[in-house]
Amino acid sequence: MSSFIHEEYPVAKGDYTRAGEASADIKRRLKQLGVSSNVMRKVAVASYEVELNLVIHSLGGKLMLDVGTDGVLLVSEDVGPGIPDIAMAMREGYSTASEEARSLGFGAGMGLPNMKRNADDFDIQSEMGKGTRISMRFNLA
Amino acid sequence: MTFRDMATVLHAKVLCHEEKLDNPARTACCSDLMSDVLAFVNEKTVLITGLTNPHVMRTADMLDLKCLVFARGKIPTDDILETADEQGLIVMTTKETAFTTCGLLYEAGLRGVPIEWPEGEDA
Ligand SMILES: Nc1ncnc2c1ncn2[C@@H]1O[C@H](COP(=O)(O)OP(=O)(O)O)[C@@H](O)[C@H]1O
Ligand SMILES: [Mg+2]
Repeated sequence: MSSFIHEEYPVAKGDYTRAGEASADIKRRLKQLGVSSNVMRKVAVASYEVELNLVIHSLGGKLMLDVGTDGVLLVSEDVGPGIPDIAMAMREGYSTASEEARSLGFGAGMGLPNMKRNADDFDIQSEMGKGTRISMRFNLA
Repeated sequence: MTFRDMATVLHAKVLCHEEKLDNPARTACCSDLMSDVLAFVNEKTVLITGLTNPHVMRTADMLDLKCLVFARGKIPTDDILETADEQGLIVMTTKETAFTTCGLLYEAGLRGVPIEWPEGEDA
């Protein structure tokens, strides 16, 4: 995809105070580019859920944003621990979130299904001990 | 009804963006589960909640919500209110519980935000 912008956002494990900053920035950039508010909301919701997962569940990782003429590509990559059973993790209501995450209003087990619902293409790959990669594409129209 | 009518019905104190109170309010939702709000809320609506952490503001930002109502007299910290101010979000706080807040607003004509069921699922 020929890209207007490419951005990378490192996301630290357990950093609840800063969680969401990357997604807020992503939303701001899409707005500057004139992306429609409907598409912007879909990307923002998926981005916020995937960013929170990096904070809550991963050992750390990054978010990557590409915006081109044919759409928005959002990729999340982390360095572990990986997801043992992806089919289980994709189920609504399944969550291994900590008490801390729950006290903030998260850990309902809706994140992954919600990402899948908002993205036009959704791909998740995970290897135990290596990490998880989630790739989401959003059409601009 | 307007946001001002909401504030009146709830005897609420407006903490942010008082100048927007005459805009119309039509729908609302009530939840402390931000994942749930992110999953089902599909329009620029009102959120009634008892949570006052920064993620409530972030959730509101991601969804372009118009107004936050904190129930049971809760007031977020100043830095959280500053974020709301930057986001252009109306914020009010009422002494009523979340249940009574919803009841009073429903009685006054506000309705639940229409929700989308995930494909292939029945109520
Ligand atoms: N990046 C990740 N690394 C490891 N595990 C993950 C990651 N993302 C999600 N998971 C696992 O998938 C489960 C479901 O994720 P999600 O649907 O977002 O719900 P929640 O975050 O509320 O638990 C999580 O509880 C966790 O066990
Ligand atoms: Mg999650």
